[in-house]
Amino acid sequence: MATLNVLILVCLGYVVLLFGVAFAADRMAAVGKGKWLRSPLIYTLSLSIYCTAWTFYGAVGNAARSGLEFVTIYLGPTLVMVGWWWGLRKLVRVARSQRVTSIADLISSRYGKSNTLAVCVTILAVLGGTPYIALQLQSITLSFSIFAEADPTGLYREGSSVFWVATGLALFAILFGTRNLDANERHHGVVTAIALEAVVKLVALLAVGIFVVWGIAGGLGPMMDRIDASEIGQWNVDASRWTTFTFLSAAAFVCLPRMFQVMVVENDDESHLRTAAWAFPLYLLLMSLFVVPIAVVGLDLLPEGSNPDLFVLTVPLSQGNDGLAVLSFIGGFSSATSMVIVTAMALSTMVSNHVVMPIWLNTQDRPGAVPGDVRTIVLLARRVSIAAIMALGYFYYSLSGGGAALASIGLVAFAGISQILPALVGGLFWRGATRTGALAGLSVGFGLWIYTLLLPGMDGGIIPHSVIEHGPFGWGWLRPQALFGIEGIDPMVHTVMWSLLLNTIAFCLASLLSFPSPMERLQGAQFVNVFDHSVAPRGWTGSVAQSEDLMIMTQRILGPTPTQEFFQAEAERQNGRPGRLPEPTPGFLQRLERELSGSVGAATAHAMIGQIVGGASVSVEDLLAVADESAQMLEYSSQLEAKSAELSRTARQLREANAKLTQVSMQKDAFLSQVSHELRTPMTSIRAFSEIMRDTDGLSADEQTRYAAIIHDEALRLTRLLDDLLDLSVLESGQVSLNMGDGTLRAVLDRAVSSALTGGGATLQVRRTRASERMALHTDLDRLGQVFINLISNAQKYCDAAEPVLTISAHDVGGQMVVDFVDNGSGIPPDAQSMVFEKFARVGSDKAGGAGLGLAICREIMQRLGGEIAYLPGQGGAAFRISLPLAYQQAAQ
Amino acid sequence: MTSPDDDEQPTPTRPSVFLERQSYRRRRLADAARLLPFLGAAMLALPLLWPDDSGGAGAVPLSSAMFYIFACWGALILIAVLFGIAARRLSTRDGSAPEADQWPR
Repeated sequence: MATLNVLILVCLGYVVLLFGVAFAADRMAAVGKGKWLRSPLIYTLSLSIYCTAWTFYGAVGNAARSGLEFVTIYLGPTLVMVGWWWGLRKLVRVARSQRVTSIADLISSRYGKSNTLAVCVTILAVLGGTPYIALQLQSITLSFSIFAEADPTGLYREGSSVFWVATGLALFAILFGTRNLDANERHHGVVTAIALEAVVKLVALLAVGIFVVWGIAGGLGPMMDRIDASEIGQWNVDASRWTTFTFLSAAAFVCLPRMFQVMVVENDDESHLRTAAWAFPLYLLLMSLFVVPIAVVGLDLLPEGSNPDLFVLTVPLSQGNDGLAVLSFIGGFSSATSMVIVTAMALSTMVSNHVVMPIWLNTQDRPGAVPGDVRTIVLLARRVSIAAIMALGYFYYSLSGGGAALASIGLVAFAGISQILPALVGGLFWRGATRTGALAGLSVGFGLWIYTLLLPGMDGGIIPHSVIEHGPFGWGWLRPQALFGIEGIDPMVHTVMWSLLLNTIAFCLASLLSFPSPMERLQGAQFVNVFDHSVAPRGWTGSVAQSEDLMIMTQRILGPTPTQEFFQAEAERQNGRPGRLPEPTPGFLQRLERELSGSVGAATAHAMIGQIVGGASVSVEDLLAVADESAQMLEYSSQLEAKSAELSRTARQLREANAKLTQVSMQKDAFLSQVSHELRTPMTSIRAFSEIMRDTDGLSADEQTRYAAIIHDEALRLTRLLDDLLDLSVLESGQVSLNMGDGTLRAVLDRAVSSALTGGGATLQVRRTRASERMALHTDLDRLGQVFINLISNAQKYCDAAEPVLTISAHDVGGQMVVDFVDNGSGIPPDAQSMVFEKFARVGSDKAGGAGLGLAICREIMQRLGGEIAYLPGQGGAAFRISLPLAYQQAAQ
Repeated sequence: MTSPDDDEQPTPTRPSVFLERQSYRRRRLADAARLLPFLGAAMLALPLLWPDDSGGAGAVPLSSAMFYIFACWGALILIAVLFGIAARRLSTRDGSAPEADQWPR
């Protein structure tokens, strides 16, 4: 028989082994070796902390009492893992992108980094976790007592052993769970130790199972017969319990703080989930494979009244197989230790981040100015929390006396922690879920759980018996175990159904009725659409002076070296100059907050940065800024559109200008040839007639006179042409001197008409309204007359009507003299209208006449005189309008 | 009068309505992976319809019940393994980003 001393030695040796493994793994991870530490296998094995001592010992006891029902608490997690595509994948992604440290942190982060919610979840987790830890202590103590009963020395004292077990576990958790602060630096040591424990408990249970089936029963066939022949040998499962427990275990699997710790926080690589999706169900299957055979054989072999919870130990002992019993003891021991260590770690993180740190922050006026290292405070808070949680577990155990009441506490804890489920699932999949909704759901579920399950289940009468029987104040419909008068439901099923149902209803209703803050809405979008974008909400604005404060604060949390590295990298990213402090840009502050939240949790990190930077986190303006990105893009594109419209307008103008230039150039060419032609024609006749006069003898005087007259006329024509060109160039260069004088329009017109019509065919009829021409002018009357003559002779030359008529009408329009010259010809074709005032322009080069300088000269003259000449389209024939300021108008100026 | 070229596909400026074969397979595989827990839940809820010993004779012996439940469990694990392998193969054949990002959400 193994003595207690041997057992204690084995335990100590095992713990030393665990320490060694954890220490070695930490060292390997620190120097960057040991890739297998981050393998999917280790991840899967670390998930096995789901199988606590409660399941290691209790599953057999459960099977001995109610057959296959025990399997439900394995089936739930199996379904969750197999369906990882639905939820776990998203959960892990969200947790990684938000650097979440615990389930409380996740919930608080989702609902606008609310610390109230974090505190609620923390309280819930601690309330549910403490009895659970007590349960582990009980299982270790019970297994000790089994060996102690047979120990002749009789030194065993139950109370002290529990105390020492609790102390040892707390020590281990403190040593390896609080070595580093950043939750995103994984606890490789602890995780590896847990993986080892997973192997140990699996091997232990399988060994006992194999011993039972092949060593005692004599093979599979006889074992099956024995099972069928036993008192639990028939399928007898309560349907409501079966479904409820399957659902409950699935919910708890996701919500339990320790499961969240190993599954989400310690997750290195999302793809590990893919392996764990089948490997972990396989592990669970192996764990439960031999549970029924052990239970059946235990019921057969052991005396009536022995505790079925300990069959795993007592069956090998009764057969005298001490080695196997010790192995089994180690298996149970390791189940308990791993669970306690991880739970303590997870709970302490939650307590320190969401309870201790906020309180500490509130007591500080300016965290940047506080002496001392925040890191040590956080670590101390965590260590104290671990110790406190273990102490709570110990006291709970001592108070409850380790009775049978503890046996059901596992499921009670499951039901409690599952109250997080609606807020968690709603937060991940429903953007409309709000903080108010989460708070309402949690409190309703939490309250119902306490009222209907925790309090009635406690011995010692916290709730008087009369209340359980008849309800408070005699209200029958409020009986804790028969709410709304529905009786006869199993208490567990009753609680789970009502609490989760009302929890969900409260959550949904309050979410629908309340309005979320900007931060909540941002975080909600981040969580629900995590696969579309993994960018955190912006929201910090700071000034350079705050960078130093930030650095001081960060140093106290992350430690000097990582902080300096982080800040230098940030400075380099910002301006390529390491060695200076980075600007507190929103992006930098957001990264810093993420970094800090990995150590102290989202809410605390948010609060700390808020205290330094000024508290302004996300305002409606920030939200709008985020939303405005699309608006800005719209605006930008409309600006582009406007620009492009402007460009196309300019291009059109350029095209027009170019066309005009081309036309002008062509006219110039045409004019040059015209001028050469005009110059050559008189020159030719001058030359020809002068040659005749020189070479021909015997010219009569008549002939000589005629020839000389021709030469003279041609020379005059040349002179006129050259005069015109000279006149134009003088007018254009602005060197013309005006001979200003006073007169009336009528006089000028009279002279112009008479001089223009002399010598011509005189077929043009001019119509005037002399009465309106009595306007006084102060201008260069000769130049003005030149313009009129030009217009009249143009009409004379170009009017193609059978009986050409030119109508000259004058008006006084607002101090402007306006004179219209309208003939009854076919007018100027529209495409030529824009060109008539250009130099060298001639409408129809076939018409004989001037060199196309007339109208150009007119325009120049009118500009010099301060008036203008324009073509009037749509008057039936060619029509020109001349406008000029009147004398009184000029005097007024 | 049309040339043979006119009968070909329109220019590929618009994305095709149909996925290419491999992406299609991958999506259906993700669908199947999503359905798996429901299949499991249905299979594991089936024993609730069995007669129990409260009705007297005809109760299912525990060994058969165990056999059924563990067989379902094993089948679930096996299918999950196959999905894992198939998902890995499809994603490595693609040779690009991690598989989780490529799959439809």
